This record gives sequence, structure tokens and C-alpha cells, in this order.
Amino acid sequence: MANYSTNDFKAGLKVMIDGSPGAVVENECVKPGKGQAFNRVKIRNLKTGRIIERTFKSGDTLEAADVVDVEMQFLYNDGEFFHFMNPVSYEQFGADKTAVGDTAKWLKEQDVCIITLWNGVPLSVDPPHTVQLKIVETDPGLKGDTSGGGGKPATLETGAVVRVPLFIQNGETIKVNTRTGEYISRA
Amino acid sequence: MPLSNDWRPSATLEVLKLRARMLERIRAFFSQRAVLEVETPILSSAANTDPALASFSTRYTGPLFPRGLTFYCHTSPEFPMKRLLAAGSGSIYQICKVFRDGESGRLHNPEFTLLEWYRVDFDHLQLMDEAVALVTEILAGHRTLAPPEKLTYREAFERHCGIDPHTADNQTLAGAISRHAIQIDLDIQHENPDVLRDLLLTHVVEAQLGRGRVTVLYDYPASQAALARVRPGNPPVAERFELYLDGVELANGFHELSDVEEQLRRFEHDQARRKALGLPEVPADARLLSALRAGLPACAGVALGLDRLAMLAAGVKSLREVIAFPADFA
Repeated sequence: MANYSTNDFKAGLKVMIDGSPGAVVENECVKPGKGQAFNRVKIRNLKTGRIIERTFKSGDTLEAADVVDVEMQFLYNDGEFFHFMNPVSYEQFGADKTAVGDTAKWLKEQDVCIITLWNGVPLSVDPPHTVQLKIVETDPGLKGDTSGGGGKPATLETGAVVRVPLFIQNGETIKVNTRTGEYISRA
Repeated sequence: MPLSNDWRPSATLEVLKLRARMLERIRAFFSQRAVLEVETPILSSAANTDPALASFSTRYTGPLFPRGLTFYCHTSPEFPMKRLLAAGSGSIYQICKVFRDGESGRLHNPEFTLLEWYRVDFDHLQLMDEAVALVTEILAGHRTLAPPEKLTYREAFERHCGIDPHTADNQTLAGAISRHAIQIDLDIQHENPDVLRDLLLTHVVEAQLGRGRVTVLYDYPASQAALARVRPGNPPVAERFELYLDGVELANGFHELSDVEEQLRRFEHDQARRKALGLPEVPADARLLSALRAGLPACAGVALGLDRLAMLAAGVKSLREVIAFPADFA
């Protein structure tokens, strides 16, 4: 892969840092009027999600990371791998539990996710912003309550648990915001 | 040509008015002190040799130079202003745009406005006081400052890094760097100690300078003299100072070097550093050397970044907010 110099560092640039792929978050130039220029850079380690703070002499370089985001359809989970398919090339990829992480609880077959590939291997999986999932278990609600205040836990078909208004019943399909884990509406 | 939305200034009209008033007050300040306003060329056939500064260059072709000549945009008006001083101008000041390649960010724009002034018969200590007086006067009405703090470079490092910057070797400097959790890959053994000092200055010390008052940092390591006189002693120190407010470097001043032989050595040293760093060699200013040989009066000079001063007066966080059209849409 190519190398990037500190001048190329801008938010989103994918680079190798400590042997792991990372995304530049922030790059601040620090330069005394008479003296050495530095770049104070924040990089998100794409494996761990942790932010690394690193200083470089201006002009120093980092190796580019072969990281791409691809839209793929979730096919199935075989217990070990989550299988996805690129709907354009029909190419299939298996993502392990580390790559899928907490996203697993939102994954429904056929849904389109963003898969981040590093050297062709899934590194992380982003679920759609909103998903429609069926409720498999929730306490019976109070008749006539439409306020939505208070709420109760509901278990969804994928295993996720979200708070829903009291009037929502077992077997209904609801829309959920995957970023906040909050109920949006009936589907 | 497609229409775009980025024609509007990034600074508010209110800030642009603040800048205009600032210029009026600066001119009044120097008029009261009988310091003469001058203008010197932006384009020069010589460049600044300082390895930390990169000059823009352009080309002139026509009468005088029919086969063309490379001109460099000044990074500071210091050399021609010293030629005026050597010619007997007395104390002078200039407000001008200067240009530095490769510098852009929250506190940098490749062109910016500099106020540079020289006081005949002042040393750096006297000029420090005048610079503080000017900054205080410009900021009056915008913010109230506590009395200024004066720290030698050594005191600042002892207080905020726990080391003596003059005697510390690379291992000691590296120890302070890791104690302050600065993550950087360096070849500590072979690194220039001034790079390590600059790292501590920018990452640790500066944030502690100019908190609610102007801090003056002075008496720098001799290796960072730039164009300042070096005062012999143990250790010898450069009679150089900088002004800080809110951790932002505002001004850099010197008790000016007037020894032509020493100036020549510094040019040669700069050129050797440039070569070692793989930087382009640039023509040194021979006319400055001639002026020094003819005799520069004892003087001190300082350059102050007016965009940064306007930023601090306006209470904003980046130069974009005080420059009408920064480089990305100039």
C-alpha cells in the first residue's frame, strides 16, 4: 500500500497504526514560530474502537490501510460466522463474532449492513440506522394506554431487548433506532 | 463556471471592524512613540534560510531581468527593515502580509498579517515591556488581563516539566516526554535536542503560559537564537523572547544580532541544516550582510501576529474566524 504524509491526514483517512488499521479522527498542526512543526493526531483503532493520540514530526508518514466500507446483505448465522453477500458481485464474506460484536442483536436476514473490510476480511459490521423487528416476548399491556409513557421491556426476534410503550403487544413488528437502541414506532 | 456558496467571508463583519480598529490603535501607539511606519518589498531575490520556514517563490520576467529571476515572498520583513535601520532610519514599524509555505491549521494560514517593529537602543528586556504594553492596550475593552508574567525559558521548563532545558541531555528530555504521556516515534539517541525541547514546549509548557495574563518567555537556549544576540555565560543564552496569551504564541523578539561574521556563520549553519534535512537550498540575503558590515545600530526587534491577536480580542478559537478569506477559499 501507499504511504500518507501528515499533510494527507484528515478525518476518515485509513492508516496502519501499531499493526492495526485505524481511521484518522483529528489532525492538529502545532508549530512554534522558530522550530520544529508537529502534528497531534487522533486515530481510532478500527479493531478496538479506541482512540489513540499520537504526535508526528510534520512530514512523517504512515502506511495506508486497505480498508473499505461495502454495503452487503446479511444472509445467515451458522453459530460461528455471520455470512454476508455483496449484492453487486454476489461475493460472500464470513464475519466472526469479534467483527460483528454488539451489532449481532440487530441482524435480521436480508437486511443491508455496511461491512468494513480490511485486506478483504470483515473488520466490523454497521447495522442499518433503523431496523424492523418482531416482538417475541413482552408483558401484556394495559388496554387503552396510548401515552407511551413509562414503557416496558420487549424481547425482539433477534434477541435484542428494547423499551416499548405499554400498548405494544406480543407479535407486533416495530421500528428501532440501532444507534440509540430506542423504539421509534410500530412498523 | 459553476456557482458556489463559498464566496462568503468566514469572519463576521463585526470581527472585521474589530480588525480595522486594531490597526488604528496600533498606528496611534507608534505615532505617540515617534516610531516611523515603513514599507519594504514582499518579493525579494533572497529568501529566509531558517530551516523551520518554507518560502513561496515566483518568477519575474521583463525589463531588469529579461531572462527571468526567481523572487521569494518574504516570511517576515526583518532583512530589509534592518537595511533601513543600518541606513539611519531610527525606530521603525511595519504592518504587512507575510507568507509561509506548508502552514495551515487552527492557528496558521499560509499568508498572515505581521506587525514588526524595531527600537533603536532597546535591548530585549525593554522591548518585552513595550510589546506587553501594546498587547494590553489592544485588548483593552475586550478583556482584562492580570499583570504580565515573565519566565526565562529555563524557569518555564523547570516549573512545568521539571527539567533544566539547558543541561538536560536527550535521555532526560525523552524521560520528560514519556512522563507527560506524549506518544511519538523518535530516534532519541540521534535526534536534535531542540526538536525534543520544541516537543515539550508545544505539548506541555505552552498550555500553561498566558493564563489570564500575558506570559513572556525569554533567554532561550543559544541553539535557538535565530537572529538574536547570544549572551555569554554558563550556559550562554539567546537574548530572544516570545509573548503568550491563552497558550497561543503571539510574538517573537530579539536583541538583534549585529555581528556580520556571526550572521554569516548562522546563514551557513542554516544551509547545512537544510541540506541535512533534505530541504531546498535558498539564496541567503547578501545585502543584509552588507548592511551589517556598514553597521546596524544597537536595537531590539519583534514580530507580532495580528490575526492571532485579533482572534484573542474577539474571543474566538481559530484564525478562520478573523480572516475574511482563509487559504481554502481564497
